[in-house]
Amino acid sequence: MTIEQVQQEIVDEFSMFEDWMDKYSYLIELGNELEPLDPKDKNDQNLIKGCQSRVWLVAELEDGKINFRGESDAVIVKGLVALLLRVVSGRKPQELLDSEMHFIDDLGLKQHLSPTRSNGLLAMVKQIRLYAVAYSKIEG
Amino acid sequence: MSYDIDKIRSYFPILKQEVYNKPLIYFDSAASSQKPIQVLMKEEELHNEYYGNIHRGAHFMADRATEAYEEVRERVRTFINADSRNEIIFTKGTTESINLVAASYGEQFLNEGDEIIVSEMEHHSNIVPWQLVARRKGVRIVKWPFNDDGTLSLDKLRNLLSTKTKMVAVAHVSNVLGTINPVKEIIEIAHQRNVPVLVDGAQAAPHLAIDVQELDADFYAFSAHKMYGPNGVGVLYGKEKWLEKMPPYQGGGEMISEVSFEETTFNELPYKFEAGTPNINGVIAFGAALELIDSIGLSHVAAWEHELLDYATSKLKEIEGLKIYGEAPGKSGVISFNIEGVHSYDMAMLLDKMGIALRSGHLCADTVMAHYDIQGCVRISFGMYNTKEEVDTFVNALNKVRMMF
Repeated sequence: MTIEQVQQEIVDEFSMFEDWMDKYSYLIELGNELEPLDPKDKNDQNLIKGCQSRVWLVAELEDGKINFRGESDAVIVKGLVALLLRVVSGRKPQELLDSEMHFIDDLGLKQHLSPTRSNGLLAMVKQIRLYAVAYSKIEG
Repeated sequence: MSYDIDKIRSYFPILKQEVYNKPLIYFDSAASSQKPIQVLMKEEELHNEYYGNIHRGAHFMADRATEAYEEVRERVRTFINADSRNEIIFTKGTTESINLVAASYGEQFLNEGDEIIVSEMEHHSNIVPWQLVARRKGVRIVKWPFNDDGTLSLDKLRNLLSTKTKMVAVAHVSNVLGTINPVKEIIEIAHQRNVPVLVDGAQAAPHLAIDVQELDADFYAFSAHKMYGPNGVGVLYGKEKWLEKMPPYQGGGEMISEVSFEETTFNELPYKFEAGTPNINGVIAFGAALELIDSIGLSHVAAWEHELLDYATSKLKEIEGLKIYGEAPGKSGVISFNIEGVHSYDMAMLLDKMGIALRSGHLCADTVMAHYDIQGCVRISFGMYNTKEEVDTFVNALNKVRMMF
């Protein structure tokens, strides 16, 4: 599936929820299910510090694709991280650079990407892009 | 006199708003309070009827605006019982007030090897300005730790004070813990060693009657926007004997007497510290906020908020796994807490969806978070317009959130 198709798939999944509480319960579920990072990966180098919550992001290039892993100390943020990873992990750098991350907005969860929330998510999205830029140069 | 909560709420149009189809419950007044119609109308009145740049123009509008601006200075003077209007400096907020003192007092009186005592419960605004001047001047910041219940020990202060101490910086009321610090005693102890004290009054001014002469404070800083006034206006009270000796903080219009390229002489107090065109509309509208507080009576507001605090505290304590940070006797109207197994961001997020505005995160007080070894917490804080019914709704919502994890 393309990045675009995965984003659409997520939007479809969420469309069955009638109210916000179901939506957030699902995010909490996704957050709880996300495989935790190895404690050694939760280091300062991988830390994206927000003032409300913290996010860790690990990127590894394998066979020309970037594998991302991540986690957050807040469960709802972790749920959003899980969704992001589903969209971006295992992609070629160029694929990431050619795509636009719009599903969070489509889900009505845009406020989590607001700079004022300072939950680390916006910085994570930017960081993913930076990794893509950096690895595209290595690959290129 | 009974507290007419309906009437008070009617002054704040925003309280009728709905958030995500739920009535707004605003429990974040310690971050910034809402603005009453009296303040909004004052600003409109100024712009419609008598606006001009103050202290400069020889025309009617400038005169009227100057008069209105200076009337507020006088009102502030009375509000905190300062001795002279020369001791009331308008700034853009508590943060700027403290930066002014740190930079200007620091420039004049701090030397290498000196020490500044700063309490561990301070807001970043009462830590970082001191660090900046400390770095410039080779001065050491000495931490005055607080006890786990959120109180400061005066004995510890006595032990920290030395001949090197040149300033004590302390909050009147902690923005996280709600502790009302015994500033009168603190100042007395510091003064015995001839050390001046700066009091961060940002969280005190909306709730407590302040008498800077009785406290004998050397500097006292607070913000209008936490007192139902507009943003971008703050006050620095400073004893004239200090302000006279301190160099200007910023240069520009208003603060000068005569300027040539060889030499500039500075204006007298308080103008020496008010460089440039000040926040004329903000200051004048702040006057309306003070008028409102005076008309209701700060003691009545305080009593009402105290009732809410007691009520909310007892309700919250019934919730399993809930821990409150700061339980000093007679504390002010903020409650910071965490619930075991629920991250503060998640909690704030879900409560927001239920129409409840509160603060989450480190609350601009990393040192307090470090004291309790936590990354953050949530805080509710009360203003004159909050009600017990809102507390009930909030507690129900909180229980609902707890069930989601």
